[in-house]
Amino acid sequence: MRALVAAVMIALAPAGAALAQDKAELIGDASRGEEAFRQCRGCHQVGPGAENRVGPHLNGIFGRRAGSIEGFDYSDGMDRAHADGMVWTIERLDAYLENPRALVSGTRMSFRGIKDAQERHDVMAYLRRYSASPRDIPESQPTAFRSEVDLPPEILAIVGDREYGEYLASECLTCHKRDGADDGIPSIVNWVEEDFVIAMHAYKRQIRPHPVMQMMAGRLSDEEIAALATYFATID
Amino acid sequence: MTLNRRTFLGTGVAAAATLSAPMVRAQGRPRVVVIGGGAGGATAARYIAKDSEGAIDVTLIEPSRTYFTCFFSNLYLGGFRTLESLAHTYAKLATDYGINVVHDWATGVDRDAKTVALAGGGSVPYDKLVISPGIDFVDGSVPGWDISAQGVMPHAYKAGTQTALLKAQIEAMPQGGVFVMVAPPNPYRCPPGPYERISMVAHYLKANNPTAKIIVADPKEQYSKQALFEEGWQKHYPGMVERLGPDFGGGNVSVDPGAMTVDIDGEVVKADAVNVIPAQKAGHICEVAGLTDGNWAPVDGHSMVSRLDPEIYILGDASAQGDMPKSGFSANSQAKVAAMAVRGALTGSRVFPAKFSNTCWSLIATDDGVKVGAAYEPTEEKIASVSSFVSQTGEDAAMRKATYEESLGWYSGITSDMFG
Repeated sequence: MRALVAAVMIALAPAGAALAQDKAELIGDASRGEEAFRQCRGCHQVGPGAENRVGPHLNGIFGRRAGSIEGFDYSDGMDRAHADGMVWTIERLDAYLENPRALVSGTRMSFRGIKDAQERHDVMAYLRRYSASPRDIPESQPTAFRSEVDLPPEILAIVGDREYGEYLASECLTCHKRDGADDGIPSIVNWVEEDFVIAMHAYKRQIRPHPVMQMMAGRLSDEEIAALATYFATID
Repeated sequence: MTLNRRTFLGTGVAAAATLSAPMVRAQGRPRVVVIGGGAGGATAARYIAKDSEGAIDVTLIEPSRTYFTCFFSNLYLGGFRTLESLAHTYAKLATDYGINVVHDWATGVDRDAKTVALAGGGSVPYDKLVISPGIDFVDGSVPGWDISAQGVMPHAYKAGTQTALLKAQIEAMPQGGVFVMVAPPNPYRCPPGPYERISMVAHYLKANNPTAKIIVADPKEQYSKQALFEEGWQKHYPGMVERLGPDFGGGNVSVDPGAMTVDIDGEVVKADAVNVIPAQKAGHICEVAGLTDGNWAPVDGHSMVSRLDPEIYILGDASAQGDMPKSGFSANSQAKVAAMAVRGALTGSRVFPAKFSNTCWSLIATDDGVKVGAAYEPTEEKIASVSSFVSQTGEDAAMRKATYEESLGWYSGITSDMFG
């Protein structure tokens, strides 16, 4: 286990150093997923006209609350997941496909699971075709894994790259006015850098509640937060 | 004639700009032409001019001298904004940023000679071209309706005159009259827009014409923020709004502007005001320039560069980019990525990885605001969503009011970001 952690850290370090050269990765390959879905077809239908069989139909599975198809007889375990408010996100589907019983005790889905991560992702990409499209329905679930690099705490002392901060700040300035006006949306100019960094990490860890800010901060690396803090602390 | 400093300063309206701006016109600067002065084009022009500090010559081609934002135009229908409050000019882009603002139509692009032809005659050369023309309508998508009928059955999906006309027609409805909206198929500009519009029309009618009816003929099974709108209509306007989805013939609609009737799956409805929002496609100039594949212009999400021409970038509603909705916020977000890429290509400035985001606020009733948003990153294939959020049903009044106030802040922010 220790060796695995070390390997992950080494794999992540250069990506962080290269300032997010990493890119979002699509869930998987839908055409390969269609092939892999054969092992599911015995029980599940998906696509136009799909109906419940041994298992419920899978249209619109992304973002659907677990155990929510009217008239389908779910296991007690799945009913409990429903009562707990579980929603089928990418992460949960991935976990369920890997080992159904690990996510939902007592599920009736008697399936050993797909151990290969790529194969699971391909199946999800295929199923994603039959969920609402984000372009038209933006609240629907993601189509890609975000690129995320978590660095150790000592990197919080990093000196911000102001020029990078200026580019990143262009996204903030859609809502937060550069002249410091704060009608409806707070001012973020000329903050003390440390305050800015702490606030952004609080959003990133979802300690601060605002959903737009959680989303914005959630995909910023520590260097990017530092760069923004430097930029906003030093604009005229 | 010798061009001395005095005659140079006296030659045009840009005189003040030359004095106050840190940039001086120079020979041989790389040239960027931007077609379209909306959320994508105005933002791109401003960021390229601002961040290149005079190293790039920027020309913005936009026919309107006064631009009315499509976003918030529903709030004008509801009586929450004046039309004037949605109006913006390009003066600061000329005076404070040294942008050459040309009020004319771009009628063609010669991609070999790298020039843009103008309706008024002449052409403008470019090294890099940015196109952000918004939408046009698909001919024949609503049988019986074409652009000649927009004076009788307005679309009001390009803001300004059309929005004013639709408001006047709603105000002229007789007591107990019928308002019909023909909603568009996917994909279209501003996914929650038609349903925010229904909310705003209902808000007006509830106060002024409480026995009036609203019918929405909709070809889509589901739509953005559906649970939030339906909850809001039930709460604020019970019994007023009837939406006919495809199961009830909402996808089988024709209109007769002469008779003011709408035929919904064989049932003819006599209406007092009809808002036809047709199917949409990229602004016509994209097709003229040979940059479309189907109805939209495909781009590479790493820079918004056209997949069909490496010298041309396409922003906003017109682009086929992947998961981002067609919205002003999206276009503004895409413009910043493209501006960075264009500057990098022309001046060697640093280019950072593209990040995109979008948030759409909608107003359902007084102080009842909701929002939806997502963050995006490019893949080889498309711009993909990586996280998202949406307002929840049953939120308390204080949160909804804060969301509305936040949207006012955003309007102020994005319009400053576009127009300086």
